[in-house]
Amino acid sequence: MTYTALSLTLIFVLIPLVLSRTLKLNLEKDTIIATIRSITQLLTVGYVLKFVFESESFIYIFLMIALMIITATLNARKKGKTIKGITWKIAATLVIVEAVTQGILLTFEIVPATAQYIIPISGMLIGNSMVLSILFLNRFTAEIESSRDQIELILSLGGTPKQAIHKQLTNAIRASMIPTIESQKTIGLVQLPGMMSGQIIGGADPIQAVQFQLLIIFALLTSAGLTSILIGFLSYPTLFNERLQMIRSSKA
Amino acid sequence: MFCYSVDKMPILNDISGSFFKEKITTLVGPSGSGKTTLLKMCNGLISQTSGEIFIEAEPIDSIEPTSLRKSIGIVLQNAPIIQETVFDNIALPYTLQEKILTEKDAISFLEIVGLDHTFLYRQAKDLSGGQKQKLSIARSLVNNPKILLLDEITSALDPTSVNEIEQLILNLNQHSRVTIVWITHNIEQAKRIGDFTWILMNGQLVQSGKSDILTASSNEQIQQFVKGVQEI
Repeated sequence: MTYTALSLTLIFVLIPLVLSRTLKLNLEKDTIIATIRSITQLLTVGYVLKFVFESESFIYIFLMIALMIITATLNARKKGKTIKGITWKIAATLVIVEAVTQGILLTFEIVPATAQYIIPISGMLIGNSMVLSILFLNRFTAEIESSRDQIELILSLGGTPKQAIHKQLTNAIRASMIPTIESQKTIGLVQLPGMMSGQIIGGADPIQAVQFQLLIIFALLTSAGLTSILIGFLSYPTLFNERLQMIRSSKA
Repeated sequence: MFCYSVDKMPILNDISGSFFKEKITTLVGPSGSGKTTLLKMCNGLISQTSGEIFIEAEPIDSIEPTSLRKSIGIVLQNAPIIQETVFDNIALPYTLQEKILTEKDAISFLEIVGLDHTFLYRQAKDLSGGQKQKLSIARSLVNNPKILLLDEITSALDPTSVNEIEQLILNLNQHSRVTIVWITHNIEQAKRIGDFTWILMNGQLVQSGKSDILTASSNEQIQQFVKGVQEI
């Protein structure tokens, strides 16, 4: 793509800006900030990736993945402020998800152990886990807030915290996993996934693009399941004290 | 003597007294006086921030929480139920202990509270307020508690249901020797069923004694409260 062609894509930014101004949606500032951030972040990542790919050093791969995990953790933790130690819980979850998925991919030599494969796949998996964490924490805190009397009922009858919160925990795990599962049911019929489309536009064989896309969607299933379950089971014990009482919180 | 505070704000302050074994003690007092907090502390759902609470000379903090909650039943305000059948609700205390409650036993618990076997597989959410309250009482009895804590269990019921539940609680107290602590806003009910009464105001135990203190007390605060409630 030429720089002229790339510049012309800004027409797609102008359209929502004009619509926002005309309809007084007050989204102009956010749209401009989002556009500037997209350009800056992606160009930076592009140059960083170029450097990392050329250096062929595992230290840089490790640093890139660490940066992704730190950024994803800091973003997701905002939704779980009421859960004690949520930052470390999310970070631990993302590390485990990354280790398990990349472990399988590299151990069985499903993809080559090079930066060109490890970094983009890690980005997709960690990004998906971040969204899953946010979905889970949103739902989990809402479930607890709306069913305090049910949780208290089970505790009052001699139930354990795990029994008391089981329904809210499984509801939140299910709710956070459903978008991943549902989107896979219509994949290819309603939308062509971004990675696959990018490969095809870049001139790759469509069948090979599909094969890589399948790899990603299957890995996303594992990351979705692991993320929700790990965060759930790491989080719920911190809602109770040693006397098996719900810890008072302004919004938990 | 014990206290309970939230964010350093005292909810209960310098409470000192006894609930007598196998008797009915009613707790009365204005909204926000700390009655529900007191019951939840006895069941171990919350802990006092200072002082100690004893059950038959044993500090409740030294009793394993699930054992404590099984021996001291609580029927919470608004009768929370699980969104399943009546049987699932009755069997809940056993389910939590991974034990199986037989249909026959479930029916006998229902009969104690005046509900017959036809209720067993009804959806609990479809029951009336009074029936839900009876179901909550029946469920709390499955653990065979020696003390039963009741939080305004008749406040939203019609006079017939109130009378039925009062008779049920009196029976439990007289025949099964269950110690009862009952929060009520109804002064007549407190006098009718309570052997003893505690009057709580602003987180403090203003007076306790035989239930006639509600009308015989010389305390001006209590007289105003009783007068106010009776006028409502």
